[in-house]
Amino acid sequence: MEETGGVKLLGFWVSPFAQRVKWALKLKGVQYEYIEEDIYNKSPLLSKLNPVYGMVPVLVHNGKPISESIIILEYIDEVWKQAPLLPQDPYERAQARFWAKFAEEKVRQSVWEAMCSSGEEKQKAVKSAVEAFEEFEKELKRRGTKFFGGETIGFVDIVAGCISYQLALHEEVGSIKILDSSKFPAISEWIKNFLNHPLINEGLPQKDQMFAYFSKRSKEIASQKMSHKTA
Amino acid sequence: MAEEVKLFRTWSSRYSWRIVWALKLKGIEYETIFEDLTNKSPSLLQYNPIHGKVPVLVHDGKPVCESLVILEYVDETWKHNPLLPQDPYEKSMARFWANFGDDKLMKSISQLFIAHEKDQEVAAVAALENLKLVEEQLKGKKFFHGETIGYLDLAFGWIANLVSILEEIMSLKLVDGERFPHLSSWIQHFMDAPVIRDCWPPRDKMIIKYQVMREKYLAAATPK
Repeated sequence: MEETGGVKLLGFWVSPFAQRVKWALKLKGVQYEYIEEDIYNKSPLLSKLNPVYGMVPVLVHNGKPISESIIILEYIDEVWKQAPLLPQDPYERAQARFWAKFAEEKVRQSVWEAMCSSGEEKQKAVKSAVEAFEEFEKELKRRGTKFFGGETIGFVDIVAGCISYQLALHEEVGSIKILDSSKFPAISEWIKNFLNHPLINEGLPQKDQMFAYFSKRSKEIASQKMSHKTA
Repeated sequence: MAEEVKLFRTWSSRYSWRIVWALKLKGIEYETIFEDLTNKSPSLLQYNPIHGKVPVLVHDGKPVCESLVILEYVDETWKHNPLLPQDPYEKSMARFWANFGDDKLMKSISQLFIAHEKDQEVAAVAALENLKLVEEQLKGKKFFHGETIGYLDLAFGWIANLVSILEEIMSLKLVDGERFPHLSSWIQHFMDAPVIRDCWPPRDKMIIKYQVMREKYLAAATPK
């Protein structure tokens, strides 16, 4: 049954979370209206549509808002059945959900923390990130497929996908090294294949703009931490 | 062909209890393997090598980890007595609130739990604000999804059990009938439900466990 209801996406240009939703909608060929939000100066619309967190992304479908990127991905997959993101089999779906959670909490989160911290905290965060990458590498190798989802991009690829275009910048800004391509050949290959997909690569934010943003953010976070310590 | 279902858990893990309740609701027969998390069994480490945590559901030799993931797996595998709503939007709302419970709500209650007396008032504000959001979800409903217990009731089940235990240990009242009429009602309905009744970790053991835990945190916390 064709869904014809209006689809809106509230996002922020550099948000990896909003990017996940853009990828999912594009892969499924779903038309949507994009609304850029300034998350540092939130609009009444954003506060109304996501009163609990006030964060992007928010997907609005038929007037009803859905928040949290991974939850939005599941919704999109259930409503628009073409180009499925999750597998059909319940066990394989459970594995995909497990690895998506891992990609978000252990892979993406630890890289961000490593970029934004310093000293001992930074060392710990880098160690966590490398360990997470090791698990991810192992699983990719075990699957032996082009993408996590198989021969086509799937749920876990989209959730983990932010590292494909932001990791190198995080490493540069944070003066850290996590993705050594000799240590992580499967992940390196996966990144190449992921970015090779025209719908994935299309419309990504400019590298220099992202670099400037991450530099600014990591300094802000570092000074926030200092003021907490001295307060 | 008889299927084999095993559940690795501990006696107290609030995440594990979700799965106990789900399997009971679905009438699934299973074997329980109790774990001592200070001395994990080789089986647990084999089935959950990444986190080494409970619960782990093993169905015909295949392991599923992370309690909310397990709940969805159980619901998709055994389709009778559905836990999640059918409608995609309602399903999203259920997942959203379950995540809120495990993330923002649980964090704020944990912060209160480990707070020194002088910091308790401030910590309580966040916990109460988050509980208010849960209260609003229950307006006009007996359970989160309506008349019968479902996914979100199981996800929030720890509130019905753990909150009163923390209140007793800390001599404070978080969920009172006046401020939280719907949540208080829900707690009663949940605890009285045939599937849930008597399907709890023993209260006296829980009180001791959490008392010891709180004392350890307070002792370890560096005074500011």
